[in-house]
Order: sequence, then C-alpha cells, then structure tokens
Amino acid sequence: METNTILIGLAGVLAAAAPVLFAVLGETITERAGIINLSMNGSILLAAMGGFAVAYRTQSLVLGFLAGMLIGMLVAFIVAFSSITLHQSQVAVGFVLALAGRDLAYFLGVPYMNTPGPVLKILPIPLLKNIPILGPLFFQQNLMTYLSYILIILIWLYIFRTRPGLMLRGIGERPAAAYVRGANVNRLRYLYTILGGALIGLAGPAFTLNVKAGWMGTQTGLDGIGWIALSITIFGGWNPFRAAFGAYLFSFLQWLGLILQSKLPGIPTQVLQVAPFPLMILTLLLVNISDAEWVQRMLASLPEGTRRVVARLLRALRASPPASLGVPFESE
Amino acid sequence: MKKNTWINIGFQAGALVLALLLTTLLLVAAGAPPFKAYASIVSGAFGKVGNVENILITWSPLLLTTAGVLITFAAGLWNIGIEGQMAVGAIFTTGMLRMLQHSSMSPALIIILGILAGILGGAIWAVLAGLLKIFGGVNEIFGGLGLNFVATALTIYLVFGPWKRPGVGSMSGTQPFDQKLWLPSLPHTELSLWALGLSLLVIVIVYFLLRGTHFGLRLKAVGKNPKAALLMGIPTWQYSIFAFLLCGAFAGLAGAIQVVSVYHRLLPNISNGYGFLGLLVAMLINYQAIWAAPIAFFFAAVNIGSVQLQIIYKLDSSFAGVLQDLLVLLVLLGEGARQRFLRKN
Repeated sequence: METNTILIGLAGVLAAAAPVLFAVLGETITERAGIINLSMNGSILLAAMGGFAVAYRTQSLVLGFLAGMLIGMLVAFIVAFSSITLHQSQVAVGFVLALAGRDLAYFLGVPYMNTPGPVLKILPIPLLKNIPILGPLFFQQNLMTYLSYILIILIWLYIFRTRPGLMLRGIGERPAAAYVRGANVNRLRYLYTILGGALIGLAGPAFTLNVKAGWMGTQTGLDGIGWIALSITIFGGWNPFRAAFGAYLFSFLQWLGLILQSKLPGIPTQVLQVAPFPLMILTLLLVNISDAEWVQRMLASLPEGTRRVVARLLRALRASPPASLGVPFESE
Repeated sequence: MKKNTWINIGFQAGALVLALLLTTLLLVAAGAPPFKAYASIVSGAFGKVGNVENILITWSPLLLTTAGVLITFAAGLWNIGIEGQMAVGAIFTTGMLRMLQHSSMSPALIIILGILAGILGGAIWAVLAGLLKIFGGVNEIFGGLGLNFVATALTIYLVFGPWKRPGVGSMSGTQPFDQKLWLPSLPHTELSLWALGLSLLVIVIVYFLLRGTHFGLRLKAVGKNPKAALLMGIPTWQYSIFAFLLCGAFAGLAGAIQVVSVYHRLLPNISNGYGFLGLLVAMLINYQAIWAAPIAFFFAAVNIGSVQLQIIYKLDSSFAGVLQDLLVLLVLLGEGARQRFLRKN
C-alpha cells in the first residue's frame, strides 16, 4: 500500500512536470538560436487563459491547445520582430511582454473564472500499462505527458544529431560562420523563436486543461511559473535531457513539499511550496561559477591532484550559454 | 535636423495613439463602454481629494524604485531583483520595529532606526545579486529572479511562522504596530509628507548624480563599455556592486515606507509590483531621470483611477497594468521603427 501511494505520487510528478517541460524545451530551442524570449511568464499565463477560454467556448480540447500554441507563437513573433527587425533590446521587450501577458490574462479572463471546462483524460497505453512499477509510473498518463517524453528525445535528436540541428546551434554560437555557410541567420532565428513560442504557449493549456484544470484569475497559481521555467532552461544548460532533469527535479521537490507538510506541522505550507527556489539559485551558481575569473585563479593555485578533481567536478556541472545568445546579427 | 524632430514626434505620437487604440479595443472586448471607462479612470484618480492622496501614496515607492533602476540601468545592469530588495527592506524594517517596540526608546528614534534597517536590508539583497553576478557568473536577471522568490518565501515564512498574529497567521499580515510607531501623516490618510519628501529628494539626487557628477559619468562608462572603462582605469566591478547597493538601498527605503507609513505591518506581497513598475517607468522615459517624476505620477494615477473600473464595470483591476504595459511596449516598438525609418532614409 505504501509503495503504491509513492508510485501514484511519482506518476503525478511526471504529469505535473509536463507543462514546465514544454516551456523549458521551447525556451531551449529559442535560446539555441541566439534569442532570449524573456516573455515566458506572460506567454504561459495568456495561453493558459486563452486556451481554456477557447476550449470552454468550443468544448474542444484540441482547439484549446492550438489556441494556446498560437498565443505563444504570437508573443514570440513580437520578441523576434522587435529584436531582429527593429533592433530593440530583447530583454526589455521580453520583460514588458511578460508583464503584459499576465495582466491581459487577468483582464480578459474574468468571464471564464471558476467555471468548469473540459479536462484532458487519462489514456493508459495497452500492454505497457501492465508492466509492474513502470506501467503505473509512465504509461497510465494522459496524452500531454506522453508528448512531453517524446519531445525531450525528439528535440535532443534534432539539435545534436541532424544537419538542421547543427545549423540551429551554429546560428546561436557563430552566426557569421553559419551565414557564410549559406544559412539565412535572421530568418532561421525568426523560425526557431516562433517554434519555441508554440511550445511555450502549449504549456498554458497544458496547465488549465490538465494539471491545474480551470481558470481562477490570480488564484490560478501560475504566476511565476514562466520565471521558473527560465531558470530551469539555464540549469538545463540548453540540453533537452538536462533540462528535463531540472523540470522533474522541480516537480519532485514541490511534491516532496506537500508530503513533508503533514510530517512537519511547524512549517507553514506556503514555505514548502517555494522551497525549490533557493535550490534553483544554488544550482545556477554551481552551473555558472566555473566561468568566474577568481575560480580559474584559485584552480591554478591548487595542488595538481586536487585541482584535477575539482576541475572535473566543475566541468561536469558547467553549462555555457550559446556564444551569441542575445547578440543581434547583421549580415552587412 | 528639423525634419528629424518632426519624424521623432510623429513616431512617438503614433505609438501613444496605437497603445490607446489597443486598450480601447480591449475595453470593448471586455464589454465596457470605452470612453465612459476612461472618464471613470480620470474621475477615479482626481475626483476626490482622497483619491489624489492615494496617488501620492503610490507615487512615493514608485519614485524610489524608478530612481534605483535608473542607477543600475546606467551601469548596464538589469536589476530585476528589485521586487525582492523591496520585500527584504520591509522585512528588516518590521524586524527592527518589533525588536524595539516595547523598549523605552523614543518612537521617532525607533522609526528612524526601522527605516535605516530597511535601507540596509534592501542594499544587502541587491549586493547579493551583484556578488552572484561578479563572483558567481550568474546573470543578474536569473540571480535576481531567484532572490525574488527567496524573498517572497522569507516574507511568507515570517508572516505565517515566527511573526504571525496572536492566534493564527493570515494573508492579511502581521499584527499592526502601535500608532506611535507610524510615520506622521496628514490627518485621515496614510499620506506622509515625510515619505513623499524623501522619495522626491532621492529622485532629485539621482538626477544630479547621473547628469552632473564624475561618478555618474564613470558609471555610464561602465554601463556602455565595461572593457574600455576598465582600460581607462575605472574599477568596473566595484562600480557595478555600488550601483546594485544604491538601487537596493532605494528599494529598501520603499519597502520601509510601506511598513512604517502605509500598512504598519508586514504583508506577504508587500512589494506589490512597484519594483517591476519602476523598471517599466525607466524604460518608458528612455532612462532619462528628468522625466521620472511626471511619468511615475501618471502611472500612479492610472493605478488609483482603475480601481473605479472594478467597482463600476466589474473589470479586473489589472487594466491599469494592461494600459501601462502596452504603452511601454508600443513606445519601444515605435522607437525601433523610428530608427529603422531613419536608417532607410
């Protein structure tokens, strides 16, 4: 009985991580192409509200998810247009969009507040669902959770094992070199930003039609999730597998918070809910610290044996951003 | 030259008109009569003396956060962690007041110590983001966001844990302080001329600091081109940290004012978005300190005026945010379009 409860809990962790994963994978693709889409928090909230509203009006889950993706694409287009075509700061425009999306979602979402809408159902996979432990854990989920597994693998394969994926990395690392090799850098950046935006947008209805069903305005509890997804993208080192690990870790810690809450009555609920964030900063620090000058100097002064161990440890943790992340490209 | 001036005005006016057009469409979409809605915002902001007082109460923290981020922007830093800095300032102020509230010290001294503690708290939180950036390689945007979450967690922990009201902790905050620990305000309002005066003083100081001093010039050099600034002999990282420190101090002061003069207690959401709003104001005025006071006042007026919309038309109060966000967005896009137009011609 006890193991069964844990299994159900862990299966819930995988399901709850799916929307975050979509957002993180979308941002990973975008940043791989050299563009920062800082608007995520707004995109996700607006897509969450819009996706729910469309699904509620049409009673169609498919249209709801598509609407969410469309909203994400539209916001991503504004980021791409303002940075690539208009040469404005990606960070500034992204930040304003992060606030605008959130405020718009609350403003336009009033008619849909606290109304029950369609919810995605669980779809166990025949045969696989009967495997002990793995079955209830992985294969008694809904379509969005399955999609999240598949996307991790597909996007990893695309980025690291295909020719267009090589070009994608190229336009984020050395756009000038990619340009010489015939890539239309800015057009590709548009493409990947909008594509990434579609995934970010998908995260919205993946919440409101699934994990956190319904729209409850500010009580929906989604405000901040985009900023978390942004941190997980950095933590994930722009690699889909590492990003997935980050998303699952975050989801796991939130679940752990809920479990511990009953065991530790002295600590207020709200504290355990936010417990993952300090951990996030710590990991960001570990991921980035090997870039700092003083660490390099300290490393050089260590005795040979220790240095090798520490250097290897730091290298394993390290994640460097695409070299031209946030840097505009001019072909002339 | 003359021609360009007209082009500049044209693009800026175009951005404003477009922003208003968009918000008007949104009002229609939400089922409110747009012109009456705008009129109710204006009357909600200026219709009664009490409303104007509320605008001034909102203006004060917004001036401080705007002044703060003008400094970090000048140093080329995106201090998105300002929300957390304001919250930690409020925490420190509350802590100091709680510690001294039953002592025999004079209330005025306790209030002053409380405000100083708030300034210190904000500065510590900001310097932490700066240290993470410079010695940890963590971009200030991500470090700042993380620290915002930690500050929120800390506030909630204190409100529901060690500092909870006798009985049970609640979202309405800690036990209010005794009236003798309130910053003196005008009768029948939370409007404190002390708070307002301090905030105006800070924005004036920042204006002169950035405009006319050696320090401001060097800070801008660090922001524009850190490598060149270092070669010129400017201690760049020290300047960056100092920019964080100043911004955090102002944010902490804003947090302190919320505690000693507006709410008289610590609330879970004490920063109330003033930090992010300050970033918006700074962007809208294109980082020119001279415009900070009027535009921050305008934003405060929109916030207060929009409360009416909620009452009369059952619209969400986030309309104020929508209006402000779209205005800034379109001004940024308009600026990009203007530059593109000038390049092409």
